[in-house]
Amino acid sequence: MGPQLSWYLALSAVLFTIGVVGVIIKRNVIGMFMCIELMLNAVNLTFVGFSSYFRDVTGQLFVFIVMTVAAAEAAVGLGIIIAIFRNRESLDVDDASILRL
Amino acid sequence: MNENNLLSLIIFAPLAGAVINWFVGRRVRNERFIGAVACGSVAISTLIAFYLAFKPDGALRSTQPVFDHLWTWIQVGRLRADFGLALDRLSGVYALFVTFVGFLIHLFAVGYMHGDKGFYRFFAFLNLFMFSMLTLVLADNFLLMFVGWEGVGLCSYLLIGYYLDRQEAGDAAKKAFITNRIGDWGFVLGIMLIFFLTGSVSFFEKPEHGVVSALQVIGTMGIDPFTWRAIFAGGITSAAVLLFIGATGKSAQIPLYVWLPDAMAGPTPVSALIHAATMVTAGVYMIVRCSAIYTHAPTAMFIVALIGAATAIFAATIGLAQNDIKKVLAYSTVSQLGYMFLACGVGAFVAAIFHVVTHAFFKALLFLGSGSVIHGMHHEQDMRHMGGLKKYMKVTFWTMMMGWLAISGIPFWAGFFSKDEILWQTWSASGFSLPAPGWSKALWFVGAVTALLTAVYMTRMMVMTFWGADRFREKHIDVQHSEHEKGAHEVHEPRESPLVMTLPLIVLAVLSTIGGFIGIPYALGSLLSQHPTNYIERALAPVVSEITTGGESTHESPNSTVISEATHSAAEVSEERLLALVSVVIAALGIGLGWLIFQKRPLRRMPTILEHKYYVDEIYDAALIEPVNAFSREGLWKIFDIGVIDGFLHGLGQVVTQTGAMVRHLQAGFVRGYAAIILFGALAVIGFFTYWSI
Repeated sequence: MGPQLSWYLALSAVLFTIGVVGVIIKRNVIGMFMCIELMLNAVNLTFVGFSSYFRDVTGQLFVFIVMTVAAAEAAVGLGIIIAIFRNRESLDVDDASILRL
Repeated sequence: MNENNLLSLIIFAPLAGAVINWFVGRRVRNERFIGAVACGSVAISTLIAFYLAFKPDGALRSTQPVFDHLWTWIQVGRLRADFGLALDRLSGVYALFVTFVGFLIHLFAVGYMHGDKGFYRFFAFLNLFMFSMLTLVLADNFLLMFVGWEGVGLCSYLLIGYYLDRQEAGDAAKKAFITNRIGDWGFVLGIMLIFFLTGSVSFFEKPEHGVVSALQVIGTMGIDPFTWRAIFAGGITSAAVLLFIGATGKSAQIPLYVWLPDAMAGPTPVSALIHAATMVTAGVYMIVRCSAIYTHAPTAMFIVALIGAATAIFAATIGLAQNDIKKVLAYSTVSQLGYMFLACGVGAFVAAIFHVVTHAFFKALLFLGSGSVIHGMHHEQDMRHMGGLKKYMKVTFWTMMMGWLAISGIPFWAGFFSKDEILWQTWSASGFSLPAPGWSKALWFVGAVTALLTAVYMTRMMVMTFWGADRFREKHIDVQHSEHEKGAHEVHEPRESPLVMTLPLIVLAVLSTIGGFIGIPYALGSLLSQHPTNYIERALAPVVSEITTGGESTHESPNSTVISEATHSAAEVSEERLLALVSVVIAALGIGLGWLIFQKRPLRRMPTILEHKYYVDEIYDAALIEPVNAFSREGLWKIFDIGVIDGFLHGLGQVVTQTGAMVRHLQAGFVRGYAAIILFGALAVIGFFTYWSI
């Protein structure tokens, strides 16, 4: 008996939850960033799982879109992180809480 | 149907003049150009009016009005109002004297306003007034008439407040406008009620446009009973009373007369044109135009007669005690308008119009004469500082003398015939609009006393202005003058006005002298010739309604066009001659009294209550204006505006602020907090759909 859909979904849910919890409890901005990537990829995993389950390529196509967006987001996000670090000399997001630079 | 497109040129020529003067004149600023445009446009109107009235099938020669249907203005359901003009015998008479007297006054104003920096503005407004007044007169339905009615009110406002730098001119302009609004309220309601009663607002039948005449529909109705209750019954009497409220506003009758004396703050030609000769007689015109309505509403006619007689004597007594030359003439105008309404009230519509015409001549003359005096006196209006002017201003003196004789009612001058006609008609009024036969004698007595007072105050004015010592040489000890005339006080000798001002005076003096011959009553005319012709009565009788005791009206019925001599019985004729003699005695007595009293002591103190105009302004202030101000200040402003409106807005602001103060804690700026909120929000949405959908 090979891997079933539910296995992929369970793994995806676990990864997503780790990502969510990580974003909420982590203070390090890079850590949060990685957790966001984790959530995105958890979603990607569900897409792929469903795609193979339904024999439909659309889900896989969507994964490419998500990866592209994630790459763009990573570029912008890292740019923001560098800007914050230059300003605050810190990577703690709670130090950047006054809603302006 | 007698159509003629020239008719619209009568109203549009002055409008074009106004537009040219406003847009071109203000750049050119050449008095010759502006004056030529203003006078020229009115001259065009005058010529066309005369042509259309007197051409072979013209308005005054045939019973068919001249129409000019320009366009259908409003058509909603049953309501139809055209932008259509009509020149019938009544509007023909009006159009003739409005354009002609208006032209003379325009001419006079070119001289009077010389050097004024608002020259173009003045003539633009004056032309706009001519446009509005002629629209009012020539309109073939109530709604278009109302447009002209409002237009003349607006121009009156603009011209009273012409001297922008004077506080009292602005106040007087507002007073005139607001007082007129009160009257207009009645007029509008009257029009609505007439539409409600008849389904039409038109004065004329126009079969090819499918228009029926509201007046003819009224003419076929029964006559309202003579009771006070009829006023509030919503019938013809109510409509007539509402229209009369409009007339009291425009024509300065009790209780809305207060604006007219103050309106003298405007330039004198304006006083002559608008506040003596033309606009203020619009109320009389409207009532005569609606004579079919009034002859079906005896109660309303009685009210008109009462108000007219009361105004006549009331204003005449005030006029006795005024020291400002224009104020005397203003109260005289109010008083004479009272006469006209008295005539309307007793059913003598033709006599009312006759008096309108002669009054336009002699009152315009007197006002222009006073303008000439003021001009010659370097803008001094107080008669106490005049005196002895007959040596310096010969033309003005002699022409004003004609006006004086005319208004006093000396035989053969215009005022005598018209005033005498009104008094006779009042004396012999039938019981139709009067509760008891004695009323006609009582109203006649009031009119006769007014005639006496008129002669007295006009004599006083003439004596104070033209006879006696040269009081202008005395030093003015007024507070206002002492400021800038403290040093060497220079006496400006009065000088005669230029020809452009005296020429209109001369023409009007001639008309004031001979103008009455268009309406010599039979009783007097038959003394001179076998078949005397009363031109004005012959012209106007077909278009006004006569009082009928039966059910049907004689409005435009063919047999009323023939005034047969048989209608004059010998007893009536001799009675009328006797009354005319009484009028002459009264006029002579008034002039004699005035001469005796004021020749020796022109500065005699008059009773304080008269000098203060019976404190009517003060009473209005205390009874109406102050309460309204107080209510506005304490109630509307402090309670409603500050409390309710501002309170609501401030309350709204505070609610927003306080909500924000609470909600702002959500926006801590911690990224993880936002993340948590997103998480719980997403969970809530997912949870919702999991539980409640599918």
